[in-house]
Amino acid sequence: MKKGERMKRWFVHIGLIGYIGLTCALVFYFPQSVLAFLLFEASLLLIYYAALPRTTKLFFAAVALVLLMPLLGIVNGYYLEVAIQVGIFVALALGLNIVVGFVGLLNLGFVAFYAIGAYLWAIFGSAHANEFLPGAHFPLAPSWFFVFLFLSVLVGALTGVLLGLPVLRLRGDYLAIVTLGFAEVVRALVNNLDKPINLTNGPKGISPIRRPPLFFQPILELLGLKLDAAVLYPLYFYFLVLLMVLLVILVARRLEGSPVGRAWKAIREDEIAAAVMGIPVVRMKLLAFAVGASFAAAIGVLFAAKQVFINPESFTFMESIGVLAMVILGGMGSIPGAILGATAVTILNLQLLKGLSLWLNTLRQSGIILALPLLGSFDLSQIPAQFEPAKYERMVFGLILILMMIFRPQGILPPRRSEVKSDGAA
Amino acid sequence: MLEVQDLHVYYDAIHALKGISFSVARGEIVTLLGANGAGKTTTLKTVSGLLRPRRGSVGLAGQALEGLEPHEIVRLGVAHVPEGRKIFPRLTVLENLKTGAYSRRSGSIGEDMDHVFVLFPRLKERSRQMAGTLSGGEQQMLAIGRGLMARPKLLLLDEPSMGLAPIVVEQIFETIQSINREGVTILLVEQNAAIALAVSHRGYVLETGCTILEGRSADLIHNDLVRQAYLGG
Repeated sequence: MKKGERMKRWFVHIGLIGYIGLTCALVFYFPQSVLAFLLFEASLLLIYYAALPRTTKLFFAAVALVLLMPLLGIVNGYYLEVAIQVGIFVALALGLNIVVGFVGLLNLGFVAFYAIGAYLWAIFGSAHANEFLPGAHFPLAPSWFFVFLFLSVLVGALTGVLLGLPVLRLRGDYLAIVTLGFAEVVRALVNNLDKPINLTNGPKGISPIRRPPLFFQPILELLGLKLDAAVLYPLYFYFLVLLMVLLVILVARRLEGSPVGRAWKAIREDEIAAAVMGIPVVRMKLLAFAVGASFAAAIGVLFAAKQVFINPESFTFMESIGVLAMVILGGMGSIPGAILGATAVTILNLQLLKGLSLWLNTLRQSGIILALPLLGSFDLSQIPAQFEPAKYERMVFGLILILMMIFRPQGILPPRRSEVKSDGAA
Repeated sequence: MLEVQDLHVYYDAIHALKGISFSVARGEIVTLLGANGAGKTTTLKTVSGLLRPRRGSVGLAGQALEGLEPHEIVRLGVAHVPEGRKIFPRLTVLENLKTGAYSRRSGSIGEDMDHVFVLFPRLKERSRQMAGTLSGGEQQMLAIGRGLMARPKLLLLDEPSMGLAPIVVEQIFETIQSINREGVTILLVEQNAAIALAVSHRGYVLETGCTILEGRSADLIHNDLVRQAYLGG
């Protein structure tokens, strides 16, 4: 390696460490500052783009996610909640990316599989199952959570195939409408299956749902760490989500590079040509539906356990659209894109807009009176409450989508950066 | 090798093939000629399983193909290079070729890829490029190369000359002949009757879903009907 290059690499290292250290310190000193936490989150993006070898990047990312993030989470518990939500949506987006991005099947009802996973654990991980099953065996012991995590993968895959079988002959718009209908059917079922047999407890929802066991608590106590369950659970869920997201990324990447991934993309590009290349089109589409659905169902189990309470409200059509928007914003068919899209949208919703609202409120309460030339003076406390950005969540989101589709339709991180537009040979 | 008997194919109510029969012997190049709508593409699609015949039979070396799925037919050694090339535009040239080998799990894929690059050196230069960025001629080469990756015994070519400059057409047909000399049987559908008859051994003329004429290509070139209808006098 040339001397200049080595110098540059050192510079990048020091810069990265300096940035991460600085933002961490900021979060420690200003635990309520949304800006500080956003800057810290941006460090992950910096790591992704830094001109460093892969192993070094992975090391930095591991330090940030495994060590620093939990520490910051102890400083301000809400940050862990944000991180967990981000993780959940990343897993969902990666699942949907397989169906929409790799195979090109527009699925507008992806949240149905998420709901199925969530209710699977909600029903049996709470006392609710006693309503329709004899005896009083429920709630199941917390350690069953892990069994259900595994079970949800199978149930998700099965429902994916069941939905896929009748509808995969449809294409494009028709498939989209059927998946939309499927999700609404699932939601309607969940909403109304409180009679004649009470399976889902209807709109009232189910609670309390068991959380996974704190099996490591004795070990921590041996190490002299006495953490309260209220602190421990968010950390626990954070690491569970992190682990699941890693697993999902690994599976998605492996599939993408395999003949299966190539077959999926071939189907997306041209179904007829794919068929005459010897690709069993229907079987491959079913596989994609199954894999995507199993990701969603597994993360649904975790969602139910984390929330302790779930009801049909969490699984509306808007939720499906939200996940689809994450995939499109990030770049359809791109794994880094889906991750970035999910992270950006979740942070926008949970932090950026709420942060702006907070800032507006402080302004209002500050009692400052602006003297505007020509317009006279304006009392900041007169800013109407309707101006709060959080109230415009959907509008801001919609605007971003519109602007993205006009100026960068391929998404933030499209599959291959060297990609050149095709001359319409499709 | 390929035996097609009394094939009837419908698009819903439209009777597209009205009893087509023909055969292709091992090692031959056989061409199907005919105007638009004569049923040439429909015939190829039926052979490769994309369409189902309502009546009639398609046999490959004694095995019935009708009713099999396209991917099963590929496994039996039939590769279809579809009309309009239908390469995968947002996959690289290399990925396109690998997709062609999907039906085979054996390890000799690299060897076959090298062979395709010998036949079409241009593809090697562009192997990492998105297929959609290739020129029309290169896309046709890729489509044929992709078909060869399945190691077919029978190659179905649908209008390889479509939309290409005469010089490129000539190159491609030279390569088609050399592929045939290596032992691949070829069923060729063409509108360009002159070049199709020049490279093929035998030919059939289709009109509105029926075979109206058959013979050795050398004879068909001199046939009055063929001359008037397809060779411009």
